[in-house]
Amino acid sequence: MFSISLQHFLFLGAILFTIGILGIFLNKKNVIIILMSIEIILLAVNINFIAFSSFSGDLSGQIFAMLTLTVAAAEAAIGLAILVVFFRNLGSISVEKISNLKG
Amino acid sequence: MKSPRIYNRIHPTGNMFLYSFSFYLFSTIAVLSALMVISAKNSVHSVLFLILSFVNSSALFVLLGAEFLAMILVVVYVGAVAVLFLFVVMMLDINFIKLREGFLQYLPFGVLLGAVLLLELSMIFFSNRLSKVTLVEFSTKPIFSDFENTKDLGNVLYTEYFYLFQLSGLILLVAMIGSIVLTLRDRSGVKKQIIYDQVNVDTVNYIEKKKVKLREGTNV
Repeated sequence: MFSISLQHFLFLGAILFTIGILGIFLNKKNVIIILMSIEIILLAVNINFIAFSSFSGDLSGQIFAMLTLTVAAAEAAIGLAILVVFFRNLGSISVEKISNLKG
Repeated sequence: MKSPRIYNRIHPTGNMFLYSFSFYLFSTIAVLSALMVISAKNSVHSVLFLILSFVNSSALFVLLGAEFLAMILVVVYVGAVAVLFLFVVMMLDINFIKLREGFLQYLPFGVLLGAVLLLELSMIFFSNRLSKVTLVEFSTKPIFSDFENTKDLGNVLYTEYFYLFQLSGLILLVAMIGSIVLTLRDRSGVKKQIIYDQVNVDTVNYIEKKKVKLREGTNV
């Protein structure tokens, strides 16, 4: 109970990952919540990276966690820009209305 | 399985109680606030709970001995990304109650799928194989030293992973240009500065001299 092992951190990452997936499933109409769920998923990945890095004494995991952070920030910026343009054109952020590519 | 090296730095005596207490506290709050992110009625509350979740995760990073990344997480996520989310949520005029319709429709299916996913992931984590095999056999170079975490990262980032560092800069540049291009729009009826024309103004074409008669004025 009182000794925290690698599995504890990995299980925490798994729980956060599942919550993120669940958020994508449940919020079918709100793109903002979906973007936030993606952020939660990336956070879970980062926790895994850093836990492995710390428990195996290898610094590479932290470097890649930093790269994940960078990509997540870029993804959030572009996602929100697309969201703003989408709202400007359609007046709604519902996922169900994103069907323009259907033709 | 080795213990994380932060143990030796903080608890040389091996007293793990404070460490495990902190782990359970921070991870519980992180998980609960992540649940609130996906289930809150108001999107502004969702963003605030996202911030709470990130702050607790950064505390967990400190527990793992990654202080620099913990600070980066707070600065980048709480300082930039979450504020960006807040801006967008407050800027768009959306009826959030309407967006919640159909939330319960997918709840049973989603919970079932999530349970299956979590079960499978934890089956991997709690298998014997993970705890017996030494984890990293192929990476040779970057090793923790007795420096601080930031110094270690700097030593590795600018030498071994220099191209990765440059690549992340390129990714950020592409993201910046992309979001500017996406959101830029031409509005009609707005006077803009055209620098080229303004600089190239000469006295011959743009200045007209007129003789103005007294008490009559002139048309411009």
